[in-house]
Amino acid sequence: MKRWIWMGLMSAVLTGCGTSVPLNDVPVSDATVKPVADTTPVAPAASSTSIAPVDLTAQAPQAGAVNERRVVYFDYDSFVIKPEFQSLIAEHARSLKGQPARKAVIEGHTDERGGREYNLALGQKRAEAVVTALTILGVAGSQLEAVSFGKEKPAVQGTDESAFTKNRRAEIRYR
Amino acid sequence: MTFCLSSLHRLLVGLCFACAAVLVLVQPAHAQFRVEVSGVGLTQVPISFVAFKGQDAAPQKISAIVQADLERSGQFRPVEVAGVGVLDELTLPNLAIFRQAGVDALVTGSISKLADGRFDVRYRLWDVVKGQDLGGQSFAVTAADLRLAAHRAADFIYEKLTGDKGAFSTRIAYVTKAAQRYQLWVADADGENAAPALASAEPIISPAWSPDGSQLAYVSFESRKPVVYAHDVSSGKRRLVANFKGSNSAPSWSPDGKTIALTLSLGGGSQLFLINANGGEPRRWLQSSSIDTEPVFAPDGRSIYFVSDRGGSPQIYRASVTGQNVERVTFTGTYNISPALSPDGRWLAYISRVGGAFKLHMMDLQSGQVHPISDSTSDESPSFSPNGKMVVYATQQQGREALMTSTLDGRVKAKLSGQGGDIREPHWGPFGR
Repeated sequence: MKRWIWMGLMSAVLTGCGTSVPLNDVPVSDATVKPVADTTPVAPAASSTSIAPVDLTAQAPQAGAVNERRVVYFDYDSFVIKPEFQSLIAEHARSLKGQPARKAVIEGHTDERGGREYNLALGQKRAEAVVTALTILGVAGSQLEAVSFGKEKPAVQGTDESAFTKNRRAEIRYR
Repeated sequence: MTFCLSSLHRLLVGLCFACAAVLVLVQPAHAQFRVEVSGVGLTQVPISFVAFKGQDAAPQKISAIVQADLERSGQFRPVEVAGVGVLDELTLPNLAIFRQAGVDALVTGSISKLADGRFDVRYRLWDVVKGQDLGGQSFAVTAADLRLAAHRAADFIYEKLTGDKGAFSTRIAYVTKAAQRYQLWVADADGENAAPALASAEPIISPAWSPDGSQLAYVSFESRKPVVYAHDVSSGKRRLVANFKGSNSAPSWSPDGKTIALTLSLGGGSQLFLINANGGEPRRWLQSSSIDTEPVFAPDGRSIYFVSDRGGSPQIYRASVTGQNVERVTFTGTYNISPALSPDGRWLAYISRVGGAFKLHMMDLQSGQVHPISDSTSDESPSFSPNGKMVVYATQQQGREALMTSTLDGRVKAKLSGQGGDIREPHWGPFGR
């Protein structure tokens, strides 16, 4: 019996939200009644899209520490090559001019503060500053490529200024 | 059937004093995560979840997953009601008990194992106030799809009670770093059920879902420079999008999926280009002597937002897709980066440096008004849920990189669970999977 009372009230409710039927007083205390057994809608089966993994970690590990004579350090928020690095850059310029077939990649880096993509652009400016300095000394542009690692490859781990100082850099790597 | 929110009359009304901010830590019974609720005047639907009949014998606690989803959305407040016994989707519950406990909505259900090894998940949603059955669903799924069934149930309940489409069954991509191993993952929107798409010894950054959810574009450093790939996640097939001289970064798909905007330095300087998603020659979109990066298409595809330091400090700008009418969008502060647009184009999420801290902010693009979302110090990479109701972002917690979700007003936040190690670079995928 209660089943029919229930379903009648349900249709009343369905007529809209503004109904004045005192639904709060509906006697719905019989928890053994199964009023809606035949109304369970069946949804289409769920399914996970499978993901095919790609593993590149078997690649040969890439070079780690670099000789200090290949690193130019920068001040905070700066792309200016400081005078103390001019001799280092002149040394690499001589070497590259003497071996025109040799190529060098200049890798720019930043400290960890700020966004990844914006730091990538900042590191690019540092790398390009070194490329410009080498070009002024006569190295062919075709021997040089400026790339950036942004904040992704710090030389030193740490969140203090001494670590930041070591990480704001451009590294000269021969290929 | 329309559900009137106004009929959910026992809404949680926050403290009346405008100056009093409350911080409530809610620890659900089946704690999957911790949700932080703060602020005043919060309106949440009190909802009760009865443990699904038979779920103790199942591999996943379905009702707890549904509850966690809805709680994270910020629009629901779970209420535990004791002494209700065993209820399932077929039971006519004694709603008076729930009404007395201040509950407006009730979810009951069951899970049982089928002869073929799959699980039958069924549930029903009740409007406790009106004594109304709001419907239910059933799913026959493998054990691997039980969480997805729970997220679909959460979507159904969310839509019935709020009128907005739920986004719990969508996916997010993120990157982890553990030791010198970088991995790109595709996970459920709650961070769980993660599957590795790519593992590399070199960094992976800036994953971006294609609009149809089939591919991820990202920046990989596997060849010792930043190179942009597009990666079909179900087949694992990858293709080069941009490997030009210099750096290649910041990919962003056009809404029609045909074009990728990105940052190239092939001619010197970080500059913005458009490239056919299937490859080809890049076309310069803007030319400047400054840094231009982080392009993102507006949802209507007619304009592109980006970051530029052309005014002396990094700020967010926008211009038409043809490169005309460049205009500045952010004006407060000296460091505003990483723009993300809500799907309706109304909200701009971005990271702003405030007193040396990097915090997620939200701008109403109609009024230009900005409010901070977080009180953390190292936020990065915001991304909207496809229904535009939540944002996911990276931050740091206790010295570890972690992912958080937040409502657009910043009042309800949750840390996503997921892989161990540092988690970063989230991007929320589209509807459909």
